[in-house]
Amino acid sequence: MAVLKVKFTKTRRDKLAQILWILNWISVVTGIILFSLGLFLKVELKKREELMAEKDIQYVPNMLIAVGLIACAINFLGGKICYDCVDSTKFLRWKLIMLPYIVCTFFFTLCVLVGALMCYSMHWELEEALDLGLMQAMRFYKDTDMPGRCFLKHTVDTLQIQFQCCGNSGYKDWFQIQWISNRYLDMSKKEVVDRLRSNVEGKYLMDGVPFSCCNINSPRPCIQQQITNNSAHFNYEHQTEDQNLWMKGCRQALLEYYTHIMQSIGLTVLITWLFELSVLTGVRYLQTSLENVLRQGDPDSESDGWLLENSLMETARTNLSIIKSLGKSNQINTANNGDPNIDVPSTSKAHYGPDNVPPKEKMETS
Amino acid sequence: MVVMKMKFPFQKRVKLAQGLWLLSWCATVAGATTFTLGCLLKTELRRRAEVMANTDIHIVPNTLMIVGLASLGINYFASKICQDALDAGRFPRWKNFLKPYFAVSCFFTVLMLLAIIMSYAMKGSLESSLKAGLRNGIRFYKDTDTPGRCFQKQNIDRLQMEFQCCGNNDFRDWFEVQWISNRYLDFSSTEVKNRIKSNVDGRYLVDGVPFSCCNPSSPRPCIQYRLTNNSAHYNYDYQTEELNIYLRGCREALVNYYMGLMNTIGAGVLSIFLLQGSVLVSLRFLQTAMEAVAGKENTEIETEGYLLEKGVKETVMEYLDPVLTFLLLKNKVEEGTAGETTTAPA
Repeated sequence: MAVLKVKFTKTRRDKLAQILWILNWISVVTGIILFSLGLFLKVELKKREELMAEKDIQYVPNMLIAVGLIACAINFLGGKICYDCVDSTKFLRWKLIMLPYIVCTFFFTLCVLVGALMCYSMHWELEEALDLGLMQAMRFYKDTDMPGRCFLKHTVDTLQIQFQCCGNSGYKDWFQIQWISNRYLDMSKKEVVDRLRSNVEGKYLMDGVPFSCCNINSPRPCIQQQITNNSAHFNYEHQTEDQNLWMKGCRQALLEYYTHIMQSIGLTVLITWLFELSVLTGVRYLQTSLENVLRQGDPDSESDGWLLENSLMETARTNLSIIKSLGKSNQINTANNGDPNIDVPSTSKAHYGPDNVPPKEKMETS
Repeated sequence: MVVMKMKFPFQKRVKLAQGLWLLSWCATVAGATTFTLGCLLKTELRRRAEVMANTDIHIVPNTLMIVGLASLGINYFASKICQDALDAGRFPRWKNFLKPYFAVSCFFTVLMLLAIIMSYAMKGSLESSLKAGLRNGIRFYKDTDTPGRCFQKQNIDRLQMEFQCCGNNDFRDWFEVQWISNRYLDFSSTEVKNRIKSNVDGRYLVDGVPFSCCNPSSPRPCIQYRLTNNSAHYNYDYQTEELNIYLRGCREALVNYYMGLMNTIGAGVLSIFLLQGSVLVSLRFLQTAMEAVAGKENTEIETEGYLLEKGVKETVMEYLDPVLTFLLLKNKVEEGTAGETTTAPA
C-alpha cells in the first residue's frame, strides 16, 4: 500500500532527473539570495543598534544566513546526484547516500519553515527593544560630553530627520525629559532657576523640541519652543497644527521600516520553502523508481516510484521500532541477574528444530 | 606624402581583422556606457533644476548621450566591415560606404573629446547659474502661498540638510532676506513694527536662519535666532562657534558635487575616446591594406597600409570641398539668376 505511487518509464525517469538538476541549481541561486538577505538584515540592525535595547534579535539574520548557506550546499549536492541519476550505473555510487540525504533535506525544509515563521514573530521583540532603546537615547540626548554617549545627539537628530519622526511615541515625549544640558543653562537667570525649582527632580523641562523634529513641508518657519502656548506665536493653534512638526513617533517609524523588510524576507523564505519541498518530492520519486529498476534488473524497464513504501502509520511504527531496537542493543541483558550460565529459552521466530535429538545411528553394512 | 605607412603581410592582416572585431565589440559596450553616463549626469542635474537659473550645463550630458548612441552605430558597422575584410569577394561592396563613414566617425569621436573639455570649461557657467538660482530660492523661501513658488521652502530646506550647507555664499545671506512671511508676523506688536520701520524697504530682517541650517553634530541644541548676539545665549561666542550651523555655502557645496561627478565621468569618457580612436585607426589601416589586395590573383601578398593618402591639409580640403561647393553652389545659382534678370531688359 504505497503512498502516491506513480509509474515511471525510462524516458520519464531521465526527464525527471534533468528537471531536478535544473531545479537544484535554481535552488542554489535562491540559497544565495537568502544568504544575502540575511546579511542585509544583519547590517540594517547593526546600523541602529544604539537605538535598540539589549534584546537578542540578531538570531533572525544569523539563522537566515545559516539557512542560505546550508540550502546552497544541499542543493549543490542534490544537483550532482540528479545529474548522475540519468545513468543507472552512476546511480549505484549514490544509492546508499540518497536516503540519508532525503531525510536530511526533509528536516532542513522544516528548519526553513521555522525560519519563515521566526521572521514574522520578530516584530514584538523588536518593538520592545526599540521602545526601551529610544527612551534611553532621548534621556542621554543632552550628554554630549560623556564618553560613550557623545554621539547619541547626532544619532537621534539624524534619525528624526531621515525617518521624519519625533520622539518615542510622539513629540510630547520631549516635554518629559531634560534635553538641554546644564552646561548651556544660565543658572544666574531667574527664569531658569524658577523652572528648575518647579520640577520635583530638579530637571529643566520645557514644552519645546529639538530642531530635527521640524517638518520641512510646513508653510511657516518652524515653531520649536513654547509649542503648547498659542499666544506665544501669531496665528497659531497647537491643537489643529499638524504640519509644523513630524507627528509620527520614531518607534512606529522604525518598526514600520523593519516590518517592511521582514515581510519581504519572510515571503522570499516561504517561496524558497515551497521550492525546496517540490525538489525534495521529485528526488524521492527519482530515488524510489531507480531502486525499483535495480531490483527488477532491467535498466530500461518501467518501474514504480512512491513517497512511502507502506502507509504512513506502518512507516512510523517501523521507524520507531528501529529506533527502539537501536537503543536496546546497547543495553546489557540483565535478566537472571546477568548470569550467563542459566538457560534462557530462545524467543526468536526462527525454528532450529527440537532439542535433544539423538545422534543418527550408523547404518550397519551387511 | 603618405601619412604613417606600414607594411602588412597576410598573417598580420588576419590578426588585425580579428583584433579589430574584438575591439569593436568592446567599443560598442563602451558606447553604451557613455550613453548611460550621460543619462546619469542629466538625471542628477535635473534633480536640482529648481536652484539652477539656466540649463546651459545640460549640453554636456546631451552631447554624451548623442555620442554614446552614435558610437553604437559606428562600432556595429566597424565589426561588420572587419568581418568582411578578409573575404576578397565581400569587401568591395563596402567601398563607397567607407569615405562618408570615416568622416562621420571622426566627427563623433572629436565630439566626445569636446564633451570632456566642456565638462571642465563650463564650471563658471554652472557656478553663475547656481548663484542666480539659489538667490531666487532664498528670496522666495517665504512665498509658500504663491503658486509656482510654494515648494521653494521645501526645496531649499531639503537642499541645505542634504548637502550640509546654509545660504548662497554662507549663512549671512539669510540676514539680508525676509524669510518669514508677513502672514506669521504679528503687526500689532511693537517689536515687529520697529523692526519693519528700521528697514528702508519695509522688510522684516532678522539675524536668524531657518532650522535646516542646523548642524546635528553640534553638542548643544541649535541656536537659530539672534546668531550675532553673544549675550542672548549662555556660553556662546558666534565668532568662534563652528559646529552650531553649517558654515559652508550651498553654491560651493553644489559646485563641488557636480564638478566631482563630471570629473569622474570625464575620466571614464576619456578612456572610451582612446578606445574608439584606436578602433577607427585600425579600421583605416585594414581598409587601405585590403584595397591594395583587390583585383590581384594572389590574395596572400604583402601590402602597405596607411592612414592618409595625401597630407593632413589636403585630406581636410578634400572632405570639406563637397560641403563648401554645396553651400557655394547655392550662392552661384542666385548670382546667375540676378545676372540674367539684369541682362534681360537690356
